[in-house]
Formats: sequence, C-alpha cells, structure tokens
Amino acid sequence: MSETKPKVRAPRVNHETKAFWDATAKGQLHVGKCDDCGEHYYYPRPLCPFCFSDKTRLALCTGKGTIYTFSVNEGREPYTIAYVTLDEGPTILTNIVECDFSKLAIGQKVKVVFYDTGAGNAVPMFTVA
Amino acid sequence: MSIKGKAYIAGIYEHPTRVALGKTLPQLHAELAKGVLADAGLSKNDVDAYYCAGDAPGMGGIDMIEYMGLKNIRQIDSTETGGSSYVLHVNHAAQAIAAGHCKVALVTLAGRPSADQKEQVQMRGGGESPPASGFEAPFRPSIVNMYAMCARRHMYEFGTTSEQLAWIKVAASHHAQYNEHALRREVVTVEDVINSPLIASPLHRYDCCVITDGGGAVLVVAPEIMKQLKRPAVKILGAGEASKHLMGGKVDLTFSGARWSGPKAFEEAGVTQKDIKYASIYDSFTITVLETLEDLGFCEVGKGGKFVSDGNLISGVGKLPFNTDGGGLCNNHPGNRGGMTKILEAVRQIRGEAHPKVQVPNCDIALAHGTGGLLGSRMGSGTVILGNQDS
Ligand SMILES: [Zn+2]
Repeated sequence: MSETKPKVRAPRVNHETKAFWDATAKGQLHVGKCDDCGEHYYYPRPLCPFCFSDKTRLALCTGKGTIYTFSVNEGREPYTIAYVTLDEGPTILTNIVECDFSKLAIGQKVKVVFYDTGAGNAVPMFTVA
Repeated sequence: MSIKGKAYIAGIYEHPTRVALGKTLPQLHAELAKGVLADAGLSKNDVDAYYCAGDAPGMGGIDMIEYMGLKNIRQIDSTETGGSSYVLHVNHAAQAIAAGHCKVALVTLAGRPSADQKEQVQMRGGGESPPASGFEAPFRPSIVNMYAMCARRHMYEFGTTSEQLAWIKVAASHHAQYNEHALRREVVTVEDVINSPLIASPLHRYDCCVITDGGGAVLVVAPEIMKQLKRPAVKILGAGEASKHLMGGKVDLTFSGARWSGPKAFEEAGVTQKDIKYASIYDSFTITVLETLEDLGFCEVGKGGKFVSDGNLISGVGKLPFNTDGGGLCNNHPGNRGGMTKILEAVRQIRGEAHPKVQVPNCDIALAHGTGGLLGSRMGSGTVILGNQDS
C-alpha cells in the first residue's frame, strides 16, 4: 500500500520514545496520558508536563484531528508543515500530504497517514479527511 | 532586590562588518570587546564579569576569557536563550552588580553565518539533541515556516493581513536608508513586500530578516564607575525574562513570551507603555514584531495589524518609533541573533546618538526586547527598559 510513498527522514529514537515509534510501524499514533491529572499531552515523556506525576502511559489516538495552522514551504518541492489538534486534545507538529495545498484552511478536518522511514518505524502525517 | 538604578550601560559597540571574510569568530568577539571598552573609556583590566551565549566558541566564557586575556573576572554567565540571550545578560549583569559581585560586566555577541557558508567552515557538533527534536525534525521545520505558522494563525483569529505585516518592513526600511552600515538601505513599499516571493506562506522574502556577520557588545557598570566616565549615562530601570513553549500540546501561537517578560520589566521600571519614547523590538520576521507589540501592551491583543499600519512605527511619523537602525529586517542580524543590536540602538536613542534623521526627540525612556528560539515552538524572551540619568 505504501509502495508509491517516498521514504521519509527517520526520527531520532531514544529510551523514552522507543515505544511511541515502535507503534508507528503498526500504524498507531499515541499521545502521552497522565493517570493522575488525566491530561493528554504531547510529545510523550515519562513525567507528566502538567503535574510531574510518573503515572503516565501512551494513549492510542483515533488519528483524527483539525488543522490549527499551517505553512506551505515554497521551493522546488513544496511541502506543508502544520500543527494539527488531535481529537484527543493535544496539538502536534506534522506535515499535511496527498492533497491540494492551495485549498487548505485552518479548521480543515484531517486524518493520519503513516510514512515508512525504512528504519523500523513510520512518521505520522495527515491528509484531508 | 530590584535592579532599578543599580547599574548603567556605559558602552556599546556594533561591529561594522556584515560579511566577515578572513576574520575568525573569537577575533570578532575580541574586536567587539575592544570596541565597547573604547566607547566607554575603560580598559581590559577593568572588566570583572563576562557574559556570552551559544554563539561564542568552545566553552564560551572560559575560552573567550583566555583568548581575550581577561584576568580579573569574578562573575561568568553563559546563559543561552538564542537571540534573546543578550537582553538576559544585561539583566543578569545588573543583578550581579546590584548584589555587589562585580562592577564592570562585558557582554559580547558575534557570528559569521555568511562567511562560514562562503568558506565552508565546519560547525562543531552539538551535544545531546533537544528532547522535542525526534517529534519535530521529520516534518522539516525551517526557521521561516515556524514563524509563518504563527502569522497564519494570527490572521485567522484576528483578521491580520499581509499588508499590515508589510508595514513593519516598510518602517524598518525607512530607518535603514540612513544607516551607512545597513545591509539593505533601499526604502520599500507595502507592494514591494507582498510582491516579494513567498518563502513559507504567508510570509514573503521581505517579511524575513537579513543574514549577516559581525556582532555587538555592551558594557554594564556600577553607578560609581559610571560617574567616572564621560559618556552619557544610560540607566537600567527594569527587566523581565520568560520562556514560552508548546505547553504539553496546549498550543497557542498567537502570542509570544513577551506577554510574560514585558509586565515584569514595566513593573520593575515603574513606567507604563505611554512612557516609552522608543522601542527596539526583535524583528526576525514581521510577525515577531506584531505579536511582541501586542504582548508588551502597546496595543490591544489582536489589534497589532492596525497599530503597525500607515507608518506608525516610523520615527518622526508614527506614535511608536521602532528599530531606527533598520533592525534585523534591513540592517543587521549578526549570527542570526538580534537581541544585542536591539539593546545597542535603544542606548543610542537615549544618548541622543542615533542618526539625526531618526533620533527621537527627548528620548528619556526606551525599551528593548529580544526573542530567541522559535516563535512557532519554544522561545526565550527578554525585555529591558532603559532611561537617561534623570529617569
Ligand atoms: Zn499529570
């Protein structure tokens, strides 16, 4: 299915982020979830950035969200960077792909698509829902 | 303890170069130190505190202190908040002087991005990468698109337009025409800005600052030192610092860290926005200025577009003269770090040493604001308010 997609730059992965990135290979997007204060947060990290609790885990997302803002990087191969607000709450940095950039607008509903890095994980990008 | 009136800026120096071919980075720092000491009328052995940021080579303070042969250092600070670092340094130096730890604090900034590129100089490798980088680098954030996303959201929430942003560059260009050292001295119009190529929508080329080499230096001294010097006294009235970030995913790109650093500075200085005769506002991009002006309270949040329009930032024309040296948008953004040059022009204004065409009459109180890092993710913000001897 992803044969026609270009390979994308692999993320740096460390002990903290390995579970998040391993799950992307299965097409899963997670955010951090704190079981003490209940907040969803991004990027995931072991101590909750809201209450400093260590009772945190990864929470699976639906992959649906809304464009908070975006910018089309002009040049020979234009690409679109964006912040997308996930239905779970956190707003995350990503790319918008596989659509007509000139028709994009803030508020556009989007859904996640994964791009294989060739390094055992995939990068979560978004396209119009 | 307040810093109000406890320290003065006795010397400033801006390196005249904009492309530093043949000069090394430590050499630029040392030339800046020499220049600022000459401006103040002090000598190398008077310096007892040294401040530098991530632009300095090696381990910063300790390498530069050795290179310059400083031997009376009692206070060292390598606070690194990107382009805003030097505003924080002035604050920290004033705090150290107020606490009696030192009397003559030297701050230097230098960079040579243009010459590095031309000479293909290898940059040193960094240490541990920032914790967010794994979640950001794959999406190719650039400096421009990380500011462009702020502009887009500001437009969406408040109806700000590209034409309004353009007025900020227009004002800077009106000032730069009088600065013989400015990289870009041509006066531009709103049409010129919005007809310049899109770099990262909605920002155009002329919404972006210049890339230059060089640097600046400032000397912060104790009141008893200032009294012995011949230069006009520039008093530090107050300062504020803040770091704004992505808040665990509760992202709001319509404001900057100035919303938090500004009120601290105004409170310490005991002045209000109405008292500010001149403002140096960090201008990495036009949107940086617009959000900062709102956050500092010069206009209502969301009304920045209207505030900057029709020449309101042009000296002699508008209500709030800004960046009368041409700013980062036209004059100089040495080492991609514009906080230092913001301080320098504010000092010139209070001394009455700005170019006569842009000098603000009776400029008794001025503000300088630095923004470091990225408006579109995490930033360090520093605000300092300066006054003349009678302020
Ligand atoms: Zn929590």
